[in-house]
Amino acid sequence: MSPRIPPVFRRYWEVAPKDLDRAGFVSIEVRRALFSLGVEPEVVKRAGIVCFEGEMNLVLYSEGGRIVLVVSPDRVELLFSDRGPGIADVDLVRQPGYSTAPDWARELGFGSGLGIPNMEQNSDELKIHSRVGEGTVMRATILRRKYDGR
Amino acid sequence: MTVGELVRELGLEVLVAGDLEADVHGGYCADLLSEVLAHAAKGDIWITHQKHLNVVAVAKLKEIGAVVLVRGLRPPQEVTDRARAEGVTILVSPTSAFETAGRIHRALFP
Repeated sequence: MSPRIPPVFRRYWEVAPKDLDRAGFVSIEVRRALFSLGVEPEVVKRAGIVCFEGEMNLVLYSEGGRIVLVVSPDRVELLFSDRGPGIADVDLVRQPGYSTAPDWARELGFGSGLGIPNMEQNSDELKIHSRVGEGTVMRATILRRKYDGR
Repeated sequence: MTVGELVRELGLEVLVAGDLEADVHGGYCADLLSEVLAHAAKGDIWITHQKHLNVVAVAKLKEIGAVVLVRGLRPPQEVTDRARAEGVTILVSPTSAFETAGRIHRALFP
């Protein structure tokens, strides 16, 4: 990845665990913020999908966490951090179809095991760091291809 | 064909009217939200059994033309309220997903 350029916009949202009624609406706010900043529609679309899947991971599986949006001239970054429980095998959760979702979540259309693959598909880079008993941090980077470096 | 024309042609019930003038080119059937996020296209008609709040978020993020709930399924009022606030169209079809998809397909690709 190219050298970093200072961010122009930064905002964060707290995400409560198991709060499905509010779930998904950080993603809509992120989408709105990106559009108002004039971010390219294709990048907004990808960021929206990444954010929704990340937000759902926090809601369904974590003990609560935070989403940070950082917009720079050359990239959009989404950081998802939580207070646990952590992921034992990060390679496993990257596999399409793998899910630990409970039945109630599957009945609502979650837990198809496509969340993290969707995040990877719509990011230029997805880093996952996790420690069981402590928590997980994911950083998704979406490059703004129209940025010409000037 | 617009969403409004499709509504009239198939006699669908309009629960929440977003942009009924939006053009429709296709549709997607799924109850798994990640499937819709991965594969639905902008302006698609999304045929589903899901009727909870997150459907509104997915429809908004994917710029879905209209959500069609099948078998006469009705969402709770908080869902229609939210859909109205976000400008997401929600339609109800009395028939099964199979039949609903078939009729919409026939209307779009006669």
